[in-house]
Order: sequence, then structure tokens, then C-alpha cells
Amino acid sequence: MSIDVASLDMPSEESGPQLPSRQHVTGFGFYVYLLSDGILFAALFAAFAVLRTATDGGPDGHVLFSARNAFIETACLLTSSFTCGIAMLACDRRNKFVALIGFLVTAVLGVVFLTLEIREFADLIAKGYGPDRSAFLSSFFALVSTHGLHVTCGILWLGVLLVQFLLRGFTPAIQRRFLCFSLFWHVLDVVWIGVFTFVYLVGGYL
Amino acid sequence: MFGKLTLSAIPLDQPIIMGTCIVLILGILAVLALITYKRKWGWLWTEWITTVDHKRIGIMYTLLALVMLLRGFSDAIMMRSQQALASSNGHGFLPPEHYNQVFSAHGTIMIFFMAMPFVVGLMNFVVPLQIGARDVAFPVLNSVSFWLTAAGALLINLSLGIGEFARTGWLAYPPLSELPFSPGVGVDYYLWSLQISGVGTLLSGVNLLTTILKLRAPGMRMSMMPVFTWTALASNMLIVAAFPILTATFAMLLLDRYLGTHFFTNEGGGNPMMYINLIWTWGHPEVYILILPPFGVFSEVIATFSRKPLFGYRSMVVATMVITLLAFTTWLHHFFTMGSGADVNGFFGITTMVIAIPTGVKIFNWLFTMYGGRIRFTSPVLWTIGFMVTFTIGGMTGVLMAVPPADFVLHNSLFLVAHFHNVIIGGVVFGCFAGLTYWFPKAFGFRLHEGLGKAAFWCWLVGFYLAFMPLYILGFMGMTRRMNHYDDPSWLPFLLVAEGGAVLILVGILLQAFQLVWSIKKRHALRAGADPWDGRTLEWSTASPPPPYNFARVPQVEGLDAYWEVKQEVVAASREPYEAIEMPRNSGLGFFVSFFAVIGGFGMIWHIWWMGILALVAFFALIVWSSWDENDEFELSATEVTLFERANPHAA
Amino acid sequence: MMLRSTAVPPLARLTTAMACCGLLSACTEGVLLPKGPVGAQEKQLLLEALIPMLMVITPIIILTLWFAWWFRASNARATYRPRWEYSGAVEFSIWMIPLLVILFLGSLAWTGAHQLDPYQPLASKRKPVVVQVVAMDWRWLFIYPEQGVASVNELAIPVDTPVSFKLTSATVMNSFFIPSLGGQIYAMPGMQTQLQLQASEPGNYRGLSAQFSGDGFSDMHFQVLATDEAGFQSWVQQAKSSATQLDATAYDHLTADHKVGQVAYYFPVSDALFDHAIDHATKRPELTSGVSASNPGTTLLSAGSEH
Repeated sequence: MSIDVASLDMPSEESGPQLPSRQHVTGFGFYVYLLSDGILFAALFAAFAVLRTATDGGPDGHVLFSARNAFIETACLLTSSFTCGIAMLACDRRNKFVALIGFLVTAVLGVVFLTLEIREFADLIAKGYGPDRSAFLSSFFALVSTHGLHVTCGILWLGVLLVQFLLRGFTPAIQRRFLCFSLFWHVLDVVWIGVFTFVYLVGGYL
Repeated sequence: MFGKLTLSAIPLDQPIIMGTCIVLILGILAVLALITYKRKWGWLWTEWITTVDHKRIGIMYTLLALVMLLRGFSDAIMMRSQQALASSNGHGFLPPEHYNQVFSAHGTIMIFFMAMPFVVGLMNFVVPLQIGARDVAFPVLNSVSFWLTAAGALLINLSLGIGEFARTGWLAYPPLSELPFSPGVGVDYYLWSLQISGVGTLLSGVNLLTTILKLRAPGMRMSMMPVFTWTALASNMLIVAAFPILTATFAMLLLDRYLGTHFFTNEGGGNPMMYINLIWTWGHPEVYILILPPFGVFSEVIATFSRKPLFGYRSMVVATMVITLLAFTTWLHHFFTMGSGADVNGFFGITTMVIAIPTGVKIFNWLFTMYGGRIRFTSPVLWTIGFMVTFTIGGMTGVLMAVPPADFVLHNSLFLVAHFHNVIIGGVVFGCFAGLTYWFPKAFGFRLHEGLGKAAFWCWLVGFYLAFMPLYILGFMGMTRRMNHYDDPSWLPFLLVAEGGAVLILVGILLQAFQLVWSIKKRHALRAGADPWDGRTLEWSTASPPPPYNFARVPQVEGLDAYWEVKQEVVAASREPYEAIEMPRNSGLGFFVSFFAVIGGFGMIWHIWWMGILALVAFFALIVWSSWDENDEFELSATEVTLFERANPHAA
Repeated sequence: MMLRSTAVPPLARLTTAMACCGLLSACTEGVLLPKGPVGAQEKQLLLEALIPMLMVITPIIILTLWFAWWFRASNARATYRPRWEYSGAVEFSIWMIPLLVILFLGSLAWTGAHQLDPYQPLASKRKPVVVQVVAMDWRWLFIYPEQGVASVNELAIPVDTPVSFKLTSATVMNSFFIPSLGGQIYAMPGMQTQLQLQASEPGNYRGLSAQFSGDGFSDMHFQVLATDEAGFQSWVQQAKSSATQLDATAYDHLTADHKVGQVAYYFPVSDALFDHAIDHATKRPELTSGVSASNPGTTLLSAGSEH
């Protein structure tokens, strides 16, 4: 016969400590993923630090980088984080209109950022300073493009989310996804501050 | 249209390879035919391919590991045989171009597609049960992780019959792995298959980390977690922290090979030493990722079969977490001979030795767990004792090589090869076999045949010593690793003994295969209830095999060894009525993502760009498609739960 | 670097000699039978680390087997302590023992790393012989800048004289290793490493690459001829009688060629050839270099045993 195991019993009204909500668990897990992404960027930063002087007789950042371009890109991203924050607050208050506008502006600013970045890359490549010119340029392109690819994925993700949002409104799943997206977007912003500081300022303008 | 791929990619003039491929293809066709004949496709699809149940996924990981063990071991026996035959500059039977692929494949497969899946499989199966959870935090992601690992394994095996594999060793150092020196597809197979499976591993790390930190049963504080769960936590923390470095490093090498960048090339300012630093910054934590969960297995096994709690639980936990932190401080000991200077070499020599301190503490804790116990010599215990002796020797040789000048004469010699096989086989493999035998009855409801298990253990143990102790001696005699042929005849006797050891291990493996088949055949006689070993932790309180929802009622935990304390009190009370339980739905996302990962990887390897783009588009479409239906759970009614619980009493 | 007197007991030396030679055959050379002071000190350090560790792990292994046997379930004489899971004294000891061992070994590691730093010149009354080493696919080029000669796969050195090596690679990473004389050092393209060795006995020793470098790796061994000063000078004369010169162009041909195992001599040798070697490695190579004799563009499996 079965031996009943006393402490495995639980009364039907939950009285003890509860398991965390799906929202909480998903947010935490996504945050852990973002930490791992941070390490990915750390490795690319390390490569950049090691290779920043390996120009193979070619130009370095002081010659190549445009401070003005970098400033505008930074302004776009920082503002987009702000609008993302506004949108998230609107989600908390279930304000569909403000959320939509906030996220749309975020996406637009992201697209502006990407356009500026792609233009910078195309310009460098056309002048013969592409990623295959020297180790320095390889590490520059890899680091900045990885960030740019993340931004691209973010914008595509946001696009899909907004479609789902328009169709269904504030379902728990969509709330969870907005939470993850905003975490993603803010972390990308932090990474960009690192890029801007170490690649463009320290490695270029200063 | 098909990039670099032509019919000449199939090595029709290589009889060994063609023979192997034919046997493999026939074997696969036979399995497919059997499934069709028994009309099991539907069952396979719903019960295994699209499952998101951590127990099933854990079993699939383990099965993958065992299959890849066969492939990796075949490579090993080919290597031993070649070296036994190629004395006095004889040619043996494997020309260098082939031999170099064999040893590269051996290392790559054993680490990435045998050891990792084995360890991850055990963690997947056991951890949610040990912490009283119903599943991992992200069941669909779990399935994706498994199938991505399988995709990587498939790609590597495709390289056998279509094209070639890397000829660079298992870590593919540049400049040898760069285009000028490895222009073929071999290194590309290596890189793409590991990038794909690496994503799977990373996601699994995130998953299990979240599970352990957020989904423990109410009342289970971290100080009450079983030791295996602690080691799983440590291992997954290391996965999350280390695998991104591997991804970044391989991405840089891929960029060098595909876009002509100069991260590690000779020209253009590239820095091959940076690759070595980066790859070992991942590589050293990797070996701790592999060894910590087996340490946890040994803790569980020795406590259970000594009928005592684990000695020094707190210091075990502290030692585990200290090892986790220190794992990131030792990587340079893999290249003392690269000329970093005495201060740097000395520093890393010391950090490498410091990590031996908590490891030594663990050995003592296991020793004192046995002290005062009543030990039953089941095969998991044999694996454990075999490990304690073997790993101690291997650890010692590691600390020896942590003295930089000693490493100067031993680096890359067969002494090094003997050392790392000593700790990986003696530690990881023995631990995984112990864990497999220990938790098998929980997973399937019947035990593995003990006699065959013990015979297999002895073959492995004696075989291991015969295969690797001579290599220590050969290292002292000046034989370096990865040699296809050699001219010193005094090395031959040792290599012959090593070959004998490899053959004995082969016998062990065959015994294990037979054990599995025999145990399945005799499963009624070998039937096991919920708690066949008189266990101490929560997984033994469930039925064998557990229901899909693990626990009908979420357990309330009050202390360490949650199940043991509670077993001592016998309370007769009804646990009914049961409530309905939310369960995650099956999902084909993992399977389809991996299907396109194989296509995309294959395309990128052969420069068939449209295949790569197709895969990318497919990924995006799949993710959108799978996210579209927000209803990813279904309800298991209270009636169904009650019926199952009544039919499967646990605590038999 | 000072020569230290051996402090390792004779028994330890005997056991290690036995371990080296094994039961079946006499061994002629290896890490435990060094023929030079660097190797001798490295071996000594090895034993100084190994013997104490063996003294620690042997009782642990014995205890493991003993506890397992004594506390087996069928042994009624063993005391069963089902609740014994912590003891402060035991805890303290099991942290202290590894800590003390590691303190000792750590100090060995630190001092040893400094005393045996491959870049540090050896203490000697004699002026060192300078040899510049270039690792190629798949052989070794030795340039003697002061003597003005070069050789492939044959390294001649005078006994009891320090040899100061400067090393690089023409293509991929290799590791320069003469087990009888001492430790190895990587030879890397575009970079220069250093190593100091010395032979104390005349003889022929084996040298090899200890870092896998491709299809011809197994053939990448060379002979070390350690002779007295007169023997060394006559070797230099023999090399000088070579009709082949080694200038930058000849060097570039040499690196592109993939013959293995052939001893060759060169005279005269251009100045700064070693610098040229370091420089040349960082130039964009032909796509066919560094690959075995088969066609590099397609798969290499059609090469068969063509080697």
C-alpha cells in the first residue's frame, strides 16, 4: 500500500509561499539571456581593445570616425530608450494609444540609427576601409555590426509585436513580450554607450 | 547554384569512409523501416519529437550522447590502431590527411556531442524533479535547445560522407584553421556545427538557471537544495558566462574565412594569440561545466548507498561555488609555452593550483560520507569509487603541469593527453554512467541489469588504466600528441598496451549496449517502484516513470534531503482530492528550427548562399508562427490526475 | 640561472627511471634523462612537485579503498553512524591539507617559473651561440648569424656552451622541443620567441615540433648534434662548403616548398634573414601554400596516400 508522505500534502487553499508568476519567471530568464549577450559583447570589446592598434599601415579611428555621426546615433538611441520607457508605462496603465505611439517612435528612431550606421559603413567600404583592410577595422566592424544586428532584430521583433498588439490588445503574453523587448532595447542602449565611449570617443575623437 | 558542392565531395576513393557511410545509411534506413512497419510515426511525433517534457528531453539528450560515444570511440580506436601500426615510420592504414580529421573529430565529438549532451541530459531529467517543480522554466525553449544540439551533431556526421572534416585538432587554432592553410570545408563544418549547437547549449543554460533560481518548491531554500542541483546551478552559471565567448570567437574565425577579415590571420595585423586566449577563456570553464554535475552525481550516489547524509554539505556547496568562480582565473595554463613571461606564467600556475583546493575538499567529503556508512556495492557505487581513485591521479598530474617549467617539458605530449583523459573519463564519463544507472529506474520504471553493469564497469576501469597509464610514460619519453607515425621503436610496446586498453574499453561499451537491450527484454523482472534505492531526495517520491506533471501536488519542503526526513514518518492520510494542472503543449518549433539550422549550416559551409538565406527567413517565420498562438498550455483535468495517481502509487 | 644541487632522494630517482623505462624496453632518451642543465632543473622541479603530491594522494587512495571495504553493508563490525555528517575538526583538516600542499606547490611554481624563464640567459663563462630558428611546413630552418651558415633539420651545438635561440614561424604555430635538453617554446608567425638551452654531454638528440601544424607534422623532427668545440667548428666548415646560398628569394622558395625530412646546408646566408622571415610571414600568402600536395581548391580526400 502506499505510504502517504505527510509534507507533500498541501491544503487546497494555498497558504504557503507561492511560485513566482510566469511574467516574473520569463522576465528573469530573459534578463539572464541578456547577461550572456553582455558577455558576447565583452568578448568583442576585448578583441577591439587588443586589435585597436593593428592597422596594418592603414588609418585608425582618429582619421576614420565622424564624431558628429556618432553623436546623432547616440541621441537617436537614447531618445528611443526614453520613448520605450514611456510606452512601457502606458502598458502598465493599459493605455493602448500612448503605448502604440511610444513603440512606433522607438522603432522609427531605431531605423534612423541603423540608416546612419549603414551609411557610415558603406562610406568606409567605398574608400577601401572595409573589414578586410586591417585587424583594427575587422574588430571595429564586428563590434559595431553585432550591435547593429541586435538593433535590427529588435526592430523586426517590435514590428511583429505591434501587429499582434493591434490585433489583440493587452493580453498576458503580449505584456510579457513587451517587457522582454524593453529589457532588450535598454540593454542595447547601454552597450551602445560602451561602443560610443570606447570606439568613437577614446578610439576616435579624443 | 550549389556553391562549392560537387559530386567529388563524396570520397568514393576512400574505402574506410565509404564502408562506414554505407553501414550508417543502412542502419538509419533499417530504423526508419522499423518505425514505419510498427506504425510508430505518430507516436514518435507526439511523444518524442514535439515533446516539451524535460524528462523526455533529458532522455533524448542522453541517447544522443550514447550514440555519439560510439562515433567518438570509433575514432579513438582508429587512432590507437594507427599508432600501434605506424612504428619505425610505417604508414599504418590512415594517411595524415585522414588521420588528422580522425583525431579532430574525436575530440570535437567527445566534448561537444558526447560529454555535453550527457551532462545536460542528466541535469534536464533530474533537476526539476529534485526541486519539486513540474518542468523547467521554458519547456519549448528546452526542446529547441535539444534539437539544435542534434542539428550540430548531424552536421558533423554529414562531414564524413560529404566533404571532409577539420584537420586542425578539436580547437582549430589559427593560422592553421585560416583559409590559406585550411582551404577546404572541414573547418567550416566544425565552426557551423558548433555555433548551432552552442546556441542550444546557451539557451539550455539560461533555462536551467532560471528553473533552479525561480521554480523550487515552496519552502526549499537554497540551503536545502540537493547537491546535484547545486552543481547543476554552478554548471549552468558557467554555461551562461562562458559560451558567449565561444560564440564570439568562432564568429570572428568565420568572418576571417568568409569575409576576409583579419582577426587571426597572419597578414593584415591579425593576432592568432588572441584566438588562443579567447578560446581557452571559454575552454577552461567548459571543463568545469562538464565535471561539476558528475561531482553532484557522486555526492547523491555515495550518500544514498552509504545510507548516510552527505558529509559536510555546506562545505560541498562552498567548494562548488568557489570552483565556479575560480574557473575563470586559470585559462593561461593551457599555453604556458607561448612565452608570456615568468610573472604571468607564475600567476596562472598559482591560480590553477588554488582551484585544486576546493576539489580536494570534495574528495575528502566523499571519503567521510563513506565513513560510518553501510555501503551497498551497486554499480553506481563502483563507478564512484573508481572515480575517486582515478580522478585523484588525474588531478595530481594536472597540478603537476601547473608548475610552468614542468609544463615546458610536458606540454602537448602524451602526458597531457593522459592527464585530460584521466580526469574526463575518470570524472565526467564515470559520473555520467553512475548517474545513468542511478536514475534509469526513475526514468523507465525498471532497473538496468546489475551484473552486466558491473562487468562493464570493470572493463572500463581496467581498460582505462591500460589505455592511458602507458601514455604518461610515453610523455616522459618525449612522444608528442597527434603523431600519425613515428620513428622511435621503443615507444611501440607502450602503444600496444594502450591499444589493448582501448579494446577492453570497447568490450565495456559492448557490454553496456547489451545491458540496455537485455534490461529492456527483462524489464518485468527488473521492475522498479518509485524508490528502488531508498533515496533521500524528492525525485524518489514520484512514480517511476513520473507522470508528465511530476507532482500532483506541489511539495512543501522543510529541510535538506527533503524526501528522507519525511520517509521516516508514516502518516496515513488521503492526498485527494487533486486539482487540475496546467501543462505546456507540445511544440514542433524545436524540430523545425533545427531542420532549417541543418539546411542553413550546410548551405553556409558549401557557400550555397541561397540556402543560408532561406534558413534565416525560415527562422524568422517559425518564430512568428509559433508566437502567434498565445495559448501554449492545456489543462490536465483533476479526474485525469486522480486516475493516474491511483494507478501509480509511489513510495512503493 | 644557477645550477642547484639535486636534493631528490635516490629512491625517487630510481622509481622515476623505472617509470620512464617501463618494464619492457630500455629507453634511450626523454624528459627524465636530461642531457643539459635546463632539462635537469626542469626534471628536478617536476620531481619536487610530484613526490610530495604522491605522498598526499597515496593515503587518500588507500583510505578510499579501505573505507569502502570496511564500511560495506555486510560488515557487522563496522560502526554505523547514520547521523554523522559534520565535524569541525574534520572540516578544518580537509581544507587545511589541500591548502598547505598548494602553498608549497604554488611557491615552487612561482620560483620555478622565474628561475627557468626561457627568455633569461643562462649563467655561463662561455659566450652563447646564437641560433635563429624558423619553423616551416614541415621542417626546421636553423640560421647561425655569427657563423654565417644555415641548415635545415640539423642543429649542431657545442657542448657546455649556452645556446640562445630566437624563434619564429614561416606559416602556422609550431613548438620547438628537444626533450633531452629541456623545455619547449612556441614558434609563431610574425613574432619572435626566445629559448635558452645547453647540452652537457655529447650525443645525437631528437628534436621535434610539439604543436600540431598540418599534414606533414609527424615528419617535422630534426637531429641535434652536440659535440665538443672542435666538432662544432668542423660542422660549421662542412656547412660552409655548401654551394647553396640563402638570401631572401631563396628563403621565399624554401617556405613555399613542402619537402619534409631532408637535411640541407646553406652558405652564404644573407644578413637580417631572420627579420625577413618574421616579416614575410605576415604577407598575404599564395592560397596553395601550407597545404599538402593535392589540389587545395576541392576536397582533399582525393589525395589518398599521396604524401
